[in-house]
Amino acid sequence: MAVGEVMRMEIPAGGDLTVTPPELHVLAVDDSIVDRKVIERLLRISACKVTTVDSGARALQYLGLDGNKGASDLKDLKVNLIVTDYSMPGLTGYDLLKKIKESSTFREIPVVIMSSENILTRIEQCLKEGAEDFLLKPVKLADVKRIKQLIMRNEAEECKTSSLSNKRKLVEGNIDTSSSSSSSHDDSSVEDIPSSKRMKSEFENLSSLH
Amino acid sequence: MQRQVALIKQSLFDQGYLDEQFMALEELQDDANPNFVEEVSALYFKDSARLINNIDQALERGSFDFNRLDSYMHQFKGSSTSIGANKVKAECTMFRDYCRAGNAEGCLRTFQQLKKEHSTLRKKLEHYFQLARQAGPKETARRPK
Repeated sequence: MAVGEVMRMEIPAGGDLTVTPPELHVLAVDDSIVDRKVIERLLRISACKVTTVDSGARALQYLGLDGNKGASDLKDLKVNLIVTDYSMPGLTGYDLLKKIKESSTFREIPVVIMSSENILTRIEQCLKEGAEDFLLKPVKLADVKRIKQLIMRNEAEECKTSSLSNKRKLVEGNIDTSSSSSSSHDDSSVEDIPSSKRMKSEFENLSSLH
Repeated sequence: MQRQVALIKQSLFDQGYLDEQFMALEELQDDANPNFVEEVSALYFKDSARLINNIDQALERGSFDFNRLDSYMHQFKGSSTSIGANKVKAECTMFRDYCRAGNAEGCLRTFQQLKKEHSTLRKKLEHYFQLARQAGPKETARRPK
């Protein structure tokens, strides 16, 4: 199962797509014990499984990215989202973001940065590096709900694309009178918003706040 | 009793000890987690006592490492913001301003004020939580199930 693949789609004969969403597993990273408690509560209320760690180094350790291959049994519990504080001693949230995006195994995991400081260049820097979103502290329940919706929607889109193309292949297999050679299967009916575009619109939303 | 609790909370807001972040935290409480805010508060005071200690020691040494002091204060301000400790947060901001200006005297003065505000808030919140527990869960804002 690919990283990031969360949703299982049931496709009944009628072709109607239904989604049974399992819980997101979120890895929350923050050096502040108070903030860890708060973000954990916000995520739990939003029906997410939560694992909290107190540093970027520990986050990498948990993911198994610290060079210790197969260190954690808990890795079986796939991480669907990483929420990290920006200012942390040692590895900053930005450093963590970079390491995750550099990893072929984990770069598909969406990363959200939190910060108490509303610094535009910082926000730009993070979004450019591939952060899904940037939240200003104190983080509100509405922020978490919005992020969750965004992540779930993206997961659903990815699932839809792959299962629709699988379905198409199944259908073609049954048509033996078809004379068409391999036609280009245009999946344009399913809009797959590239992440750079998403980030750009997020950034525009943020800039318009000033 | 419950009215008393409500009045105390209101006065804490009116006098600026707490801001809306405290209310936002109370909204995260429910039947399964009725003491969430008190738990966060306990963590906050334990953690900030440690920070105060670190800063005290750093200041006592006499050599003003403004970067280190600013770093401590950044943490302090962060957790104060997260719990809605409005006055403490303001003192943190002032302290950081003095750090950046390299103003040792200002730092010392502000830190005394900060400790006072911190101590006052701690007493007031202890009182508030004690009464809230006695009064029963009705008065603190709760999320509907």
